[in-house]
Order: sequence, then structure tokens, then C-alpha cells
Amino acid sequence: MTRIEERFERLRREGRKAFIPYLTAGDPTLEITRDLVIALDKAGADVVELGVPFSDPIADGPVIQRGTERALAAGSGLRKVLGLGAEIRKQSQVPLLLMSYYNPLFNYGLERLAKDLAQSGFDGILATDLTVEESDEYSRLMRGAGLNTIFLAAPTSSPERMKKIAQASSGFLYAVSRTGVTGERQELDSDLQDFLQALRKHTSVPIAVGFGVSRPEHVRSVWQSADGAIVGSAIVREIEKNIGKPDLVERVAAFAGWLSHPDEKSLPV
Amino acid sequence: MKGHYGEYGGQFVPETLMYPLEELEAAYEAARQDPQFHADLDHLFRNYSGRPTALYFAERLSRTWGGPKIYLKREDLNHTGAHKINNCLGQGLLATRMGKKRIIAETGAGQHGVATATVCARLGLECDVYMGEEDIRRQELNVYRMKLLGARVVPVSSGSKTLKDAINEAMRDWVTNVRTTYYMLGSVLGPHPYPMMVRDFQSVIGRETRTQILETEGRLPDVLVACVGGGSNSIGLFYDFIEDRQVRMIGVEAGGRSTKLGDHAARFAGGKPGVLHGTFSYILQDEDGQVVPTHSVSAGLDYPSVGPEHATLHDMGRVEYTAILDDEALDAFGELSRLEGIIPALESAHAVAQAKKLKLPGDRIVVVNLSGRGDKDVNEVARLRGNL
Repeated sequence: MTRIEERFERLRREGRKAFIPYLTAGDPTLEITRDLVIALDKAGADVVELGVPFSDPIADGPVIQRGTERALAAGSGLRKVLGLGAEIRKQSQVPLLLMSYYNPLFNYGLERLAKDLAQSGFDGILATDLTVEESDEYSRLMRGAGLNTIFLAAPTSSPERMKKIAQASSGFLYAVSRTGVTGERQELDSDLQDFLQALRKHTSVPIAVGFGVSRPEHVRSVWQSADGAIVGSAIVREIEKNIGKPDLVERVAAFAGWLSHPDEKSLPV
Repeated sequence: MKGHYGEYGGQFVPETLMYPLEELEAAYEAARQDPQFHADLDHLFRNYSGRPTALYFAERLSRTWGGPKIYLKREDLNHTGAHKINNCLGQGLLATRMGKKRIIAETGAGQHGVATATVCARLGLECDVYMGEEDIRRQELNVYRMKLLGARVVPVSSGSKTLKDAINEAMRDWVTNVRTTYYMLGSVLGPHPYPMMVRDFQSVIGRETRTQILETEGRLPDVLVACVGGGSNSIGLFYDFIEDRQVRMIGVEAGGRSTKLGDHAARFAGGKPGVLHGTFSYILQDEDGQVVPTHSVSAGLDYPSVGPEHATLHDMGRVEYTAILDDEALDAFGELSRLEGIIPALESAHAVAQAKKLKLPGDRIVVVNLSGRGDKDVNEVARLRGNL
């Protein structure tokens, strides 16, 4: 069992849901990302998604694009992110998911990557632009190294595709809440419930929802119908707002704590 | 597996885009088997774009160079001044069949943007063209043409502010407005079925060339030469000749300023396999798998990846790929203007420069694809080469 599977299993037993923050690794520096992961772990994160910055992030909205540019300027990239995983593991056992566009992964070499990810303390991997049709070799190697393979399901996925995606996913399944790129929204898509119900028919692995989840009430709403809520852009924006401040890590962790405790109303400042 | 050329091609996209790709694939398959679709397209080719384009024997050029007989396939004579319209007419008819009312496209130099805006005007479709801020600055004339034609030009300020970033932004629009919007991709790039579909629409170039050269020379050409940016004009010329093993084919990439990474767009010289914009092909990238900036005097060749079918034609050795430097292309631009009264696009000038290098006897036949006309490049050439 990976740390991701253990965590979802424990949450299920306790009748709780997962809070999954996303960070672009190296935004604004690799050291701050390390400290953020450790602080998010303490603030109640159940899994942390670490994004590998890529030069051409076609699925990301402006907030994560800017985070990506900051991370690239700080010299981040796949090899650095592997080192970051090992650094985090010295201080934290929070489940870690590597998220990346496919090119850096393929360029590194999939066989070597599977081995190095496992050694660096990662528990799972998600490639944003890798469709299940193209993933046979990738999934075989990643799973062979004991990693979870997480795939995206979209509201536009046909029932046949949902089935294929569910079969290819382990650890959890990432449900994209709406069409479009990453980014905050005022309200979640009203069709989300139907989509999640359709998806549920095809899988017994936990389902986590991301894209647009940016407020405590979104987290609460997602928790009612799925097993986890993924928050990306809202956290990256909070990082952006606090760049240069000595207490950036504390502020972002407090913001994450506010998001993940949707029954407590006010944001601690 | 679907849409593969050897190990290249495929569909590498965020899951949300699989639905429109499947929809597009089915619609294209149905159109391809419908004689009415072909009749409609042929009608527009003939009466709107002016096809067939001439295959012209460049007599003075051939004599001056003292080598083989050089023929020019005059795609520059198409409506809007380049081969890009062939693809846009095909995709425009397809979008209409699919009931799509809004078209988005990317453009670098502006040729595909102008062709898209033109076809949207003709077919009554709403049109948004994504264009990098840097390219908007360099290609003022084409920006104004697109606006005249009723299109909206959306400036892209991310990344290097050029073609690659315009494609990123078009894909972001598509993933957001996927249910209502048709993405009119301009080259043999992107996820399946685009490389196949765009090739099919451009392959009229090669079919016409075969008929025309058989009429004038009574035999097939010895060599075909075309420039390769994304690779649509070259695959359009080559495709009908792939099985004719005696016909040598040369694809010409942008050699830029030097062979240093970042100074050129010669993917087969300096790139390696990877995934960009939905397809697996050769990419100019660094050791971390980041796509690197490219350089070419010609905006239409200034792109870090290349169509996947070219990647497999390269690996199997069926097509030779070479690179021509900025300066060589600029020389050819001037030479063709002075010797034949034809101002070529800087893209096409790369193919002309390559043809000059062929050391062949005078009874050999070379066909160069003159993919576009050079009016758009006159200001840039004047800036680089000064007054005449």
C-alpha cells in the first residue's frame, strides 16, 4: 500500500474526506516549497501535489502559469523536484503526488523515473497530457515501482472513456470539475453531481475533485459527493500575494487551514 | 493505436479534449466518404482560391545556376497568397457540417490567421485568432488584414510571445469552450486527427504537381524540395510521391543564425523525440525536457516541433532533412525576385536556397514548392538588408 492508499483508507474508516493542496515545485524557490509542504502537512493536508514546472503549460490558467514562470526562473525542473522529494522525506511522511506534463517525464526516461520517484519518496504520479490510450508502458513501469498512477476524468469523458480511466487509475481518480483550464471560480459547476455519480459507477477507488475549488464552501460541497478536494490556483495565488514576506509559509499554511476547515467561518490572519 | 506514424503522432492532451477530438475524427471520416464534401471543396479550390496553381519552369533561374531544370509549384498564387488556404477551406467546410459557429486559430507570421479569417468571412463564421505579441509587432500588415476580414486578433503575452505560445493559448480557449468551438489548427501538428486531416487537404499540391509535370515533361521529377515549419506545405507536395521510390525528397528546416541550441529551428539536427501540443515528434528541448526558444528569420519556420509524419519519414530515410541559414534564405529571396520576377515568402526562400545547392546535370528535374508570396516579408527584409 502506498501512503496515498493508506491515507484514503484511514479517512474512510474515520468518515472523513481528503484535503489535497497543489504547489508548483520551486515557486518561489525550492527551499520555500519544502517548508510549505511540511507546514501544509501540519495544517492538515492529506496528500500534497507537487507540480513540475513546464515551459508550455496548456492546461493551466494564468495563476498557475505565473507560478510556473517563477519556478522555472528559480531553476526548478524534474531533477530538482526529485531532490526536493528526498528533502521532504527527511521531515515528513505526508503522501506526495508528482504532477507533470508528459514531456519532462519522457525526456528523463520512464524506467529511470519510476525507480527515482520511488527512491525520492513519491507515492504517485499524474501526467496532465497523457491519455490512457498512450499510457500502457508508463503505467506498467510506474506501478512496477510501487507508485500509484492517477489519471484525469473530465465532464466531457464518454462512459467508455470513464471506464478506461477508472481501470488505469490507482490511489485515487482525479475528477476535473468542469471544462477549461485550472483557476479559481465563484461557484462550482452545477452538473458536477451528475458527473461524479456517473464516474462512481465505474470505480471503487477514491475520487478527488479539482479545477476551480477555491473557497471553503467549495471544499464542503465537494466533500459531500467525493472523497477529496484538490485546491491549486487559490493556494498559488496566496503564495504570489505573500512573496517576499518573511512569514509567507505561515500565511499560506493558515490559508490552507481555513480552506480545509469549511465549518469555521473566518480566515485567521 | 490511432493516429500514429511509426512511433510518432498520437493524442497527448488533457482528458477534456478527448471528446472534441473523437467528435472531429468521426465528422472528418464521414466527410471524407461523402462525394458532396469533395465536390464542395473542389468548387472552392477552383473558383475561390484559383486552383490548380501553376507549375512554372523557372528558365532564367535554372540557366543562371547552371544545374537542373527548376520548376516552381506556385502555391503563392493561391487566394491570400499561400498554401494555408487549402487547409482552411477544408476545415471550414467541415466545421460548417459539424454545426460549429465559432472558430479559433493560432498564427505566427499571420498567413494561417489571414487564411482562417478569410474562410470564416466566406462561410459566415465567428473568428478569434491567437497571435503572440512579438509576432503582432513584426507582422502589422497581416494583423490589419485579419481585422479587415472581421476576425478578432487576441494578443498572447505569455512565454516567448510567438507561435508556440499562441498555440498554448488557443488550446486553453478550446479546452474551455470545447462544446461550441472549432479549433482550426494550421499545420500537420497537434493531436490526431489534425496531422492526417491537414495533410489530406494539402495533398492537392502533390496531386496537381504529378499531373502537371507528366503533361510538360512526360515523366516524374527527380527531386522535390519544400521548407518545413510545422510541415504542411512539404507533406502536401511529398505525400503523393512517397511510393515513387525514384523521387528524391528534401525537407528544408530553418538553420537560423548558427547550429547552437536557441539559434535555429532545425528539429532534426538538434532535437529529440518528445511531446508538445498533443503529438509525439522531434522537439528542440533542454536536458530537463523544457522546450527551448527557437530563431529563424522566417516566422513561419520558427517553431520548436515538427509534424509527426515528418518524424517517421525522417527515421525511415524516405525524406532527407537539411537546414538553410537565415543569410542563405535572404540571398535566395533576392535572387528569385531579380531573376524571375517572383518575390517568395521567406519560408519558401529556404527551399529555393536548398535547390541552388543541388549539383545535378541539366536534364534533371527539380520541383520546389513556392509555398507563399513574400509581400509580408518585404519590411523585414528591408530592415535586415537595408536599402537596395
